[in-house]
Amino acid sequence: MTQAKVTYKPSDEVDFVIIGSGAAGGVLAKELSTNGFRVVVLEQGPYLTEADFTHNEVEVFINHALTNNPKRQPVTFRQSEAEKAVLQPSVLYGRCVGGSSVHFTANFWRFHEIDFIERSKVGEIPGTGFTDWPITYADLEPYYTKVEWEIGVSGLAGASPFDPPRSRPYPMPPLPVKASGVLFERGARKLGYHPFPAPMAILSQPRAGRSACVNCGFCLGFGCEVGAKSSSLATVIRMAERTGRCEVRPDCYVHRIATDKQGRATGTVYFDAHRNTHLQKAKAVIVCANGAETPRLLLLSANSAFPHGLANSSGLVGKYLMPNSSAIAYGVFDEPLNDYKGPAVSRVCHDFYELDAKKLGFYGGGGLDARFDFTPVAFAMNGLPPGTPRWGKEFKKALQQNFTRTMEIFCHATSLPVASNSFSLDPDVKDAWGLPALRMTYKDHPNDLKMMEWMVERAMEILDAAGAKTKWHAPITETQFAVHLLGTCRMGQDPKTSVINPDHRTHDVPNLFLCDGSSLVTSGRGQPTMTIQAMAYRAADRITALAKRGDLAGSAEHAT
Amino acid sequence: MDTFQSARRGFLLQMSGAAGAVWIAGQWPGILAAAQHAHAAAKADPAPAFEVLTHEEAKEIEALSSAIIPSDELPGAREAGVVYFIDRALKTFARDAKPVYEQGLADLRQMTGEMFPGVERFSSATPDQQEKLLAKLEQESQSGGRQGGRMGGTMGMSFAGLLRFHTLAGFLVDPEGGGNRDYAGWKVIGRDPAHSFSPPFGFYDKDYPGWQPASPETENK
Repeated sequence: MTQAKVTYKPSDEVDFVIIGSGAAGGVLAKELSTNGFRVVVLEQGPYLTEADFTHNEVEVFINHALTNNPKRQPVTFRQSEAEKAVLQPSVLYGRCVGGSSVHFTANFWRFHEIDFIERSKVGEIPGTGFTDWPITYADLEPYYTKVEWEIGVSGLAGASPFDPPRSRPYPMPPLPVKASGVLFERGARKLGYHPFPAPMAILSQPRAGRSACVNCGFCLGFGCEVGAKSSSLATVIRMAERTGRCEVRPDCYVHRIATDKQGRATGTVYFDAHRNTHLQKAKAVIVCANGAETPRLLLLSANSAFPHGLANSSGLVGKYLMPNSSAIAYGVFDEPLNDYKGPAVSRVCHDFYELDAKKLGFYGGGGLDARFDFTPVAFAMNGLPPGTPRWGKEFKKALQQNFTRTMEIFCHATSLPVASNSFSLDPDVKDAWGLPALRMTYKDHPNDLKMMEWMVERAMEILDAAGAKTKWHAPITETQFAVHLLGTCRMGQDPKTSVINPDHRTHDVPNLFLCDGSSLVTSGRGQPTMTIQAMAYRAADRITALAKRGDLAGSAEHAT
Repeated sequence: MDTFQSARRGFLLQMSGAAGAVWIAGQWPGILAAAQHAHAAAKADPAPAFEVLTHEEAKEIEALSSAIIPSDELPGAREAGVVYFIDRALKTFARDAKPVYEQGLADLRQMTGEMFPGVERFSSATPDQQEKLLAKLEQESQSGGRQGGRMGGTMGMSFAGLLRFHTLAGFLVDPEGGGNRDYAGWKVIGRDPAHSFSPPFGFYDKDYPGWQPASPETENK
């Protein structure tokens, strides 16, 4: 049954305007519209669907068909606040309906109990804002389960001895194992570790009118042509639209949140595709624009009542950026793996999730996954062993030998929250709309670099144990590129040390809510999308409860 | 036989099997439209004439890309139509790189004459000379330009960097992207052009017995 899509006028005061249609925005749109509210979702990117998706690396990687385009939206980078930032495409995020969940790897493990209470366990770490979350794993568990069953996640409950408790098994079995997964399992088990089938937000069986994965292999970086990847586009966005109460409006670039004399949000100001400016009125505003664009929008919304940016009385908007530390080891084997088939990842190992800081001399932990995520052009550019000739017969021979015989072990791990690591507005550089560009300031905490050095050695040992004939790892270097955009409007009870409260409400503006990677307090061990979506389901419940008791515009103390 | 069309058709046929049956009913018109669009694009390639490059420039670029990926018993850049891909690139996504190519070709010509007096062009140099010229070109490009991240852009890349990148892209991109003519590049790297696959995928997963919890021996290690 198809229902006519609802549309609202900007002058209609809807219940909620949601900025961003990605992992969090999609879930909130679905939940709130299902709960009876009138919702407008403003997405800066285009509304693409399965028929628009291709295997064309030029479209995806060069023309930025699905992601932010650094030519129109320049980003500047510096390592410390003392430096002047220079133009550098240092941030990547999804810019289309569905956001980054359209092109992501779909690695979908839950955070563990430790992630929420680690500060209490480990103690203070000098130079950081390391702290416990105001919510725990137990608070999120029902929502993790809800994500798995509503959007469709493949996996095997109980397969990892390190998994946190769960109230239900996965709704469908794991995806097929790949040769990289078999080799990883072999090597890791020889060393006494506990690899397990990867939890993936990709369908292993048809579900809710969507196809199972056909193993086409154009997965990371690409939109799924058959709708098997459980992106917000393929799942919650469509559920939201089917309620008849939610309009998803693409090509709308929100650049200001409007406020009234009482300091409440009245709506959002955006450019449409023709650069006309509109104000979408709403009773409440929910920003799900990702950990870079959410703080940028708050800073762009500064006015005389909020001179340092909206919801920024703590001064923490944009601070504590955590991109997840990462490292990659590569192995080449004698026989073909043909790992270009199928989704990127099929096995994961969590034996290093929680490392002994006292023993190793650094804090942290992470997960390893066995994968091959190279599409052909990307492989030719970046997938050959160091020292391979760069042209000629030997180069061609290496391409011929290695494309089918290479696998990767990807290490994903903690980043510490450091206040000076941040997103802010560049004072000089403007984007194609004349707005201040995003500026990233980032220098790894020395601890994070030590951990990656340690972690990638474990990956190398596993490749050895698996029988790789050649192995190497990418050098561990200082981070200058972020995909996971976490922690930049952190959640907490204290308005002095956090931006939002545990209901995702900003401490300063009662009808302004934030929910996306920016809400995270610590970084987890990578793969944040699952947790962002669980938080979004929880936020929807909290916001619905506030709305139902008439508290959306603020409690009595805020009321005029 | 049009391999592109057959690969796409194979995909559509497989999609109508059990896994795709439910989904395909609703999506068929969209899929078909995409397939037809892609097919038209593939058919339009190679371009009958160069749109941006002069005949001379095209000859040099073809020689350069052939030196990067030579032809032997397997196809090389020439058979994949890389020069046509680059011609199109300079009209579309790499418009801004046209001056870099022009300057780069002029510099190369000068370098060729200096290193090998009497040799006028890269395309007329011997394979051995070409090897040395490429090495020199790449060495000189190290000082300027840097490549973005793994999924990053090409901003500020040198002529040598752009040429190599565009050659690899033209050799290996899905033909929807205007290169890799008749899947020449994918033949070399061993990528099956099919649009869907079933396990087992490779050698090591062929006899995988299915996932089992770790055995007690490995537990006690």
